[in-house]
Order: sequence, then C-alpha cells, then structure tokens
Amino acid sequence: MPQGDFPIFYTFHFYLFGIIAVVSALLFVTRKSPVAAALWLVNTMFSLAALYVLLDAQFIGAIQVLVYAGAIMVVFLFVIMLLNLGHPSELADARGTGWKLAAGLVGLALLAQVLALARARIPDALALPPGVLAQDFARDGAIAPIARPLFTEYLLAFELTSVLLLAAIVGAVILGRRRQDAG
Amino acid sequence: MLAESLFFSAVLFVIGVVGVLTRRNAIIIFMCVELMLNAVNLAFVAFAQVHGVAGQVFVFFVMTVAAAEAAVGLAIIIAMFRHQQTVNLQHINLLKG
Repeated sequence: MPQGDFPIFYTFHFYLFGIIAVVSALLFVTRKSPVAAALWLVNTMFSLAALYVLLDAQFIGAIQVLVYAGAIMVVFLFVIMLLNLGHPSELADARGTGWKLAAGLVGLALLAQVLALARARIPDALALPPGVLAQDFARDGAIAPIARPLFTEYLLAFELTSVLLLAAIVGAVILGRRRQDAG
Repeated sequence: MLAESLFFSAVLFVIGVVGVLTRRNAIIIFMCVELMLNAVNLAFVAFAQVHGVAGQVFVFFVMTVAAAEAAVGLAIIIAMFRHQQTVNLQHINLLKG
C-alpha cells in the first residue's frame, strides 16, 4: 500500500527496485564468470533490501545487507577466488539446448502456477487492517515488534537455530580441514 | 503492493530454478539456491504486511539457515575441489553406474 504524502513516489521506487532485482538476477544466471555472477547477485540482494524497507521491514532490510550482501556473498567470492575458477574449462558450464529447453518449460510452468496462486483472494477475516504493521513500527521502533515474538512465541525455534549454527560451524571446520595422512 | 511483491518473488524464484537446471558450475548452482531463498523471503515480507509480523520473524530464521547452509555447502565444495580439481558437476560422477 502506498505510504506518505506521495504515493506515486512510493510506487515508482517499488517498481524501480523490483525491476533492478529481476534484471540483475537475469544477468546473474547468464554470466560465465563466477565472480561477475556473484557481483550481480549482490546487486539483486541490495535491491531486495530496498524492497524490504519499502514493505515496512526496515530491520529485515538492514539484516539483508549485513548478512546476505555483507557476509554470505563475501564468503562465496572468497571461495571462488580461493579455488581460482578462471580457466576456460570451468567457464563453459552451461548445459545443452535440450536442458535449456526443459528448464525453460519447467520455469514457465512454475511461473504460471505461482502467479495463479498469487491471484487467489485472501479472506478478509485473515487480513490485518491496512497500515497496522507500519503503525506498530512507528510506535515501538523498528526492532521491538520483531523481537517480541522472536523471544516469546518462537523462543524454541530461536534456541534451535543457535544449535544449528553451532553444528554448521563444527561441520564447516571438519569438512574444510586438510586430512593429516592425505597431506 | 502484495500482488506486485508476489510477482517479483515468483519471477526471482523461477530465475533461480532455471539457473539450477541450466548451469553445471557447483558454486553458481549454490548461488541460485540462495536466490530462491531470497525470493521466498520477499514473499514472507510482503505477507507480513497483511498477516502480521510473524512473516518477518520467519525471514530471520530463513536467513540463519541460509548462513549455516552457505558455510557447510562451501566447505563441501572446497573438499570436492581438493579431491577432483574441478567444481564442474559434469566431472563429478562417482555415483553414476
């Protein structure tokens, strides 16, 4: 829903960042070089962060920039450079025409399905009155309305993710370690 | 803006799926999976505007899982590269009969 005194301004930026995200994603899957692909994906993630801010999710937008664009993609770039994936045999990785055609058909079918689902009407009883989320954020700040359910309703899931992160750290160290006997 | 957000989310998800199906570079396929996760996050954030803040909490969890997945997955790719000297999935066919 358009916010503020200039709805056209809001709508313009929403479409602008949405189109930037889609175009960057298209460039990302078509680049041969993994470094170029990773940088286009970073661009997509920045545009998505802007979309989150426009959709009343300022905290999620900040986390998107910090965690996705700042941490995860840097790890990806680091691995690409560590493995030195620049030579031609690695770059020619697109599958043949049959695969591309099949992938295009699967993609079209999936897109049609998702768009048909997106047109479904949501029952009014399930929906909040428009603008109530923005009012919550305006009253309690950008973080408190997210933190409250995170530490009450979803406390168990929150604690489980901490265990998951610990397991991931241990797993990454063990997988990445060079075996002594293998040299 | 719900319908527009879902449209962008669907398009980004499909681009990710097509990328997974058409590329053979393991790292690019992995990045396509991250793109799909991002598309789902966009749908969550859009629905949070209509159905309450729980959608944004779920995005938080999805990002945590994505970070854990990236750490483990990239460690697996590095181990695979040490073994085979390539990340092209065409050359990684030990399980092929």
